Amino acid sequence: MTAPARPSLNPLPLKERMKVPRQPMPEQPAEIRAANFSEVNLGYSPELARQEALRCLECAKPACTKDCPVGVKVHEFVQLIVAGDFLAAAAKIRENNVLPAITGRVCPQEDHCEGGCLMGKKVKPLGIGYLERFVADYEQHMGFRVLPKVPATGKKVAVVGSGPSGLTVAGELVRKGHRVRVFEALHELGGVLVYGIPEFRLPKTIIREQLDYMRDMGVEFETDVVIGRTITIDELMEEEGYDAVFIGTGAGLPVFMNIPGEHLNSVYSANEFLTRINLMKAYKFPAYDQPMLDLHGKDVAVIGGGNTALDAIRSALRLGARKAHVIYRRSEAEMPARAEEAKHARQEGIEFHMLTNPVEFLPDSEGWLGAVRCLRMELGEPDASGRRRPVPVAGSEFEIPLSVVVIAIGTSANPIVQSTTPGLGTDKRGYIQADPETQRTSRRGVFAGGDIVTGSATVILAMGAGSRAAKSIDQYLTTGQW
Amino acid sequence: MFHILHAEWLAPGIRRFLIEAPRIARKQQPGQFVIVRIYQEGERIPLTIESSDPQRGTISIVVQSIGKTTNLLNSLDAGDSILDVVGPLGKPSEIQKFGTVVVMGGGVGTAMAYPTAAALKRAGNRVISIIGAKNKDLVILESEMRAVSDVLMVTTDDGTYADKGFVTDKLRQLIQNGVPVDLVLAVGPIPMMKAVAEMTRGERIRTIVSLNPIMIDGTGMCGGCRVLVGGTSEFACVDGPEFDAHRVNFEVLVQRNTTYREQERESMAQFRRGHEAQPAAKTETVCAAEEARP
Repeated sequence: MTAPARPSLNPLPLKERMKVPRQPMPEQPAEIRAANFSEVNLGYSPELARQEALRCLECAKPACTKDCPVGVKVHEFVQLIVAGDFLAAAAKIRENNVLPAITGRVCPQEDHCEGGCLMGKKVKPLGIGYLERFVADYEQHMGFRVLPKVPATGKKVAVVGSGPSGLTVAGELVRKGHRVRVFEALHELGGVLVYGIPEFRLPKTIIREQLDYMRDMGVEFETDVVIGRTITIDELMEEEGYDAVFIGTGAGLPVFMNIPGEHLNSVYSANEFLTRINLMKAYKFPAYDQPMLDLHGKDVAVIGGGNTALDAIRSALRLGARKAHVIYRRSEAEMPARAEEAKHARQEGIEFHMLTNPVEFLPDSEGWLGAVRCLRMELGEPDASGRRRPVPVAGSEFEIPLSVVVIAIGTSANPIVQSTTPGLGTDKRGYIQADPETQRTSRRGVFAGGDIVTGSATVILAMGAGSRAAKSIDQYLTTGQW
Repeated sequence: MFHILHAEWLAPGIRRFLIEAPRIARKQQPGQFVIVRIYQEGERIPLTIESSDPQRGTISIVVQSIGKTTNLLNSLDAGDSILDVVGPLGKPSEIQKFGTVVVMGGGVGTAMAYPTAAALKRAGNRVISIIGAKNKDLVILESEMRAVSDVLMVTTDDGTYADKGFVTDKLRQLIQNGVPVDLVLAVGPIPMMKAVAEMTRGERIRTIVSLNPIMIDGTGMCGGCRVLVGGTSEFACVDGPEFDAHRVNFEVLVQRNTTYREQERESMAQFRRGHEAQPAAKTETVCAAEEARP
């Protein structure tokens, strides 16, 4: 154990800190929340937050900050919580993270800040995500806004896409005095935060308040603009006078399994299913016009093991599904979903079918989906992803009766921007090539980051790319050097 | 907000809107479409762009009253506005000199066929256009089509105007008469496009159809508009909307378009109840037109 680097505000000696248990996150009881869309986690009280903050060991070389894609100064903000100055704690987070209320909710902390936490080696890691969420919510409730006063640089930046990477770029660059305009293809801002992540994990009001804050800081937004169709990158730069462009168009086209029966009417992609629910409010039909299939009393399954899969199936449960299944071809250890989401899903009564691979969707007598035929799998040698490859068990076919299925096995690159921007380098899968440090693309003045560069990843990794891009865009605009 | 500058009935239940949308107007090419959401609680639906005027910054769209959203849209007038108009979406039509091209428009499909016919004409093709409708009242854009065609043929299902029959009858005659046809473009109800595909398949005439499946975002994100083309999934919004007719699985398209039939009826019934004052006849005519046969 390393000694604190500087005088601590924490009254507890190090040994005592280890004895404080990790404060549990208050949450809605599973049987109640499984029937509503309100947030599962209720958030820490100030007392719980201070109690949890006392556990921080204040390591001299903190892994938490190092492992955070945007480099949040965890120590410093946690110390400010100990001191009871929650607004200062929020300001400290904001130095590196423009969307703390969002990351506090949706980050897979176990893969980043909490993963390397020393406390976690002995007992349980510090609840960094819970603390981040607490101070961000506190700041929002207080309505306290520190607006930066920086002289305008006269430079204009266009941001393509209003998801996590784009918002990070916008939030960072507007603070440097650049004029930033964010273009969004959909009618609502937020990208995957709005169309993808459901209310029970990330309430829309949280996103709206973060967006309002950005507007207050001077970020301009324009919806209903599909870059590459409505206007091209070249036109933005040549005709509308943008000095730099950041492309953060995000997750692309949903991938299907290419198995028989995939065109039956009750087979959805996760993007379509979640967009109907989250963006279009189809579950409120007919008060809202966009329809979706009625899930009441139906057997529903999702194929896949990521956060999107769990978001979809937990939404189905909340919309009245009688049975809700997760079908995943690997084992639970390989599931890419956040640990907390898998735990919550189980508590809510979702059935997990691990090492199970669908091979055919079978119609019922009226031509709708009736069942899915699956094969049992077992784990073989590691594949290219480093995870053990699932191999079918011969003769293990079985069927699960289903009315609706949602396919959540990933996405492939959306081609619209790439195909309309001459000279923009892409890899063989069609994703935009960008330098991993500077996020520069092959086109001068054009940067890219997030899922459109890496393929499907997480909110925080997209924000990390946004944060790096903001630094190098600022540098480019200041020095003019490419 | 997108302002409606002008609105007119082209036929009972078919309305043309001139909308201020400067960015879309500058970029629109034949074959492309927009996605529209009229109001906050509204659904997103794809609609044909009939033409655009980059100088004035306007586009014109042609809308047939079929469900709640199209009926609601067609109740709007000049001075009203539409909350969201996104586009132009989809790949533009392939325009080059093919030789002799037959452009077929069935019902409101004529509005989507028109800009492509005009572009094909400008590219130096001999354009034979065949447009058809259920009856005389529902024939639209006849003079516009005439102006961009070397030959224009018109059919009505009931014979109340021009020649009695279907657009496919005219195509069959052309083929039987030995007219060399290098390309057929067919836009209209699915049964019509399917019939055209079957007719030209044996003749090995390259045939393009414009598909209109269920769609939400229109940018490739949702995958709801997937169609089976040559046995693989393609997205009408980014890979289409135009496809090689001989490779399209029309049965799957028809089946997928019925997904929300129940909800569509419910929505429409609710809309009718809210608009009791409006003459019901208008909508009924149009619902019948939806089922127009080739």
